[in-house]
Amino acid sequence: MAESQGAIAVGIDDVTKLYGNFTALSDVSLAIHDNEFFTLLGPSGCGKTTLLRCIAGFEDISKGAIRLYGDNIADLPPNHRPVNTVFQQYALFPHMDVTRNVMFGLLRLGRSETEARARAGEVLELVRLSEFADRMPAHLSGGQQQRVALARALVPNPKVLLLDEPLSALDLKLRQAVRLELQQLQHETGITFIFVTHDQEEALTMSDRIAVISDGVVQQVGSARDIYEEPDNRFVADFIGETNLIEVSVAEVAGDNAVCTLPGGTRFACPAARGAHSGQGHLSVRPERVSLVDPSEALLTGTVTRLIYLGTDMHVDLALADGEPVTARVQNSSQTTIPAMGETVGLNFEEGAARLLVD
Amino acid sequence: MMAKKPDLRRFPGFLPLTVLCVFLLYAPLIIVAVYSFNDSPSITLWGGVSLRWYEDVFWGPESDKFKQAAINSFVIAVAAASTATVIATMAATAMLRAGSFRGKGASFALINLPLMVPEIVTAVATLIFFSAIGFTTGILTILIAHIVFCIPFAYLPIAARMEGIEDVYEQAAQDLYATRWEAFRLILLPLMTPGILSGFLLAFIISLDDFIITNFVKGAGVETLPTAIFGAVKQGIKPNIMAISTLLLAVSILFVTLSYFSGRMGQNRK
Repeated sequence: MAESQGAIAVGIDDVTKLYGNFTALSDVSLAIHDNEFFTLLGPSGCGKTTLLRCIAGFEDISKGAIRLYGDNIADLPPNHRPVNTVFQQYALFPHMDVTRNVMFGLLRLGRSETEARARAGEVLELVRLSEFADRMPAHLSGGQQQRVALARALVPNPKVLLLDEPLSALDLKLRQAVRLELQQLQHETGITFIFVTHDQEEALTMSDRIAVISDGVVQQVGSARDIYEEPDNRFVADFIGETNLIEVSVAEVAGDNAVCTLPGGTRFACPAARGAHSGQGHLSVRPERVSLVDPSEALLTGTVTRLIYLGTDMHVDLALADGEPVTARVQNSSQTTIPAMGETVGLNFEEGAARLLVD
Repeated sequence: MMAKKPDLRRFPGFLPLTVLCVFLLYAPLIIVAVYSFNDSPSITLWGGVSLRWYEDVFWGPESDKFKQAAINSFVIAVAAASTATVIATMAATAMLRAGSFRGKGASFALINLPLMVPEIVTAVATLIFFSAIGFTTGILTILIAHIVFCIPFAYLPIAARMEGIEDVYEQAAQDLYATRWEAFRLILLPLMTPGILSGFLLAFIISLDDFIITNFVKGAGVETLPTAIFGAVKQGIKPNIMAISTLLLAVSILFVTLSYFSGRMGQNRK
């Protein structure tokens, strides 16, 4: 079997999912690689969980195919798919202790009681829960329950592990610790992880690649760096991190580059996303890439409307001549001079810091 | 400021009304229970405390008749409640776990309709039905009739419990390679146990003290406790009837209490 590095573990081919008249997923295609930490990121209701449930087999798809190492599994019931799920609310069986919860999958696969118990012990050790093996789920903390859910899903050694917002029920401190653990676990086990979250920070810190989903459509697939630095469209630029969307008129798009006119009339050349076209468009410029300069040497000028002190940074909100808001994030160092409220300042950014988007 | 919570006791006439209701509901029961320990053969004059009427029930001249009736009642109640519980569990699973299907609303109405139909109508109709298909009335006809009217009573607590169990547990089981049957047997059924037990006990008590339908379909010579008591009362109320009634009341209270606690059991577990 071709399970070498780089093989496609899960292939989503043109999957559409309809609920009556509502399109939950629209022609979604993704190729998730073997041994990859892949994240489905999007706002709630965007279809990311639906997609995960289609892979697990809890939802039928209306059109398309779902391939697991080449085999179409779209018509198989969940118990015939070699993938396991960590549920958002964990769904630990409340009438079974931790060990029996973890053994469950192995017993269903026909392993002996002794073997299942031994394997459960090993995996509980892996998630550092050995001392809680006899506890009932109700007597565990949220973090411990989360680890039991993880152990239970890992113990049958699935080809792909599906994680449905598994950290959302944990408090912030724990969530940050568990992120690192999950990433490490993925490396140790070599299992492909498909992780669903609405939390961009979670997605950016853990994932090898991220698919940004909105309204049932995949907006962009790429590494954390790709989707932050080179967003394809307005949704992605706006959803991932903070950005300034500056309205421009585009004179020309040639390959990856565009020439456009900024508000105020300055002509500006910058990289363009695939699919960007001439006419009206938006540039995305991250606040930390905007520098404040003297108005005479600036691309844009604006009036300071608000100053927010953030310790290491200063947020400077400005209004352009036409009233459009722009934010600059200025490092709080001794070299920078912080403008005053109402002051007119110049704004500059490098060519590479701006990107013409697909609207 | 928060609005003051309305105090029930401040409603005019609350106290007398409450006393009246409680009195009408429970005074007769209390009188029967107290007079079952009466030493006198009169049902109105108090002659001191004694257990003679209980002795009379168990060892007196009519004891054989009552014993047989009690055995019939218990056998029918156990069999009817068990069968009704199985059917109600299957019905609840279909209603709550099979997604939506054609005729779901109609099915729900059909399951619960027997609660709405006047019992006397059901009794007459059942009798006509049995005689139309040439069924000899007897213990079997009582049993069939009891199974039928016990189903909605068993269904209510079972369905209530099942509604409270999210289907994510069964999904997790199937995700971990359980078949649908295994997910039902190993996950849903154990989680349902308190509801099923509660449904069984409720059906049991409903069957145990049913009179109207039983009286219509029992046939000659077959008696259950309620029909035997009714038969005895027709010949005049003797204190031994009070003793039997008190015993039946005690059994009912016991089972209703068990049903209540088994319904609550496991709710704390989540």
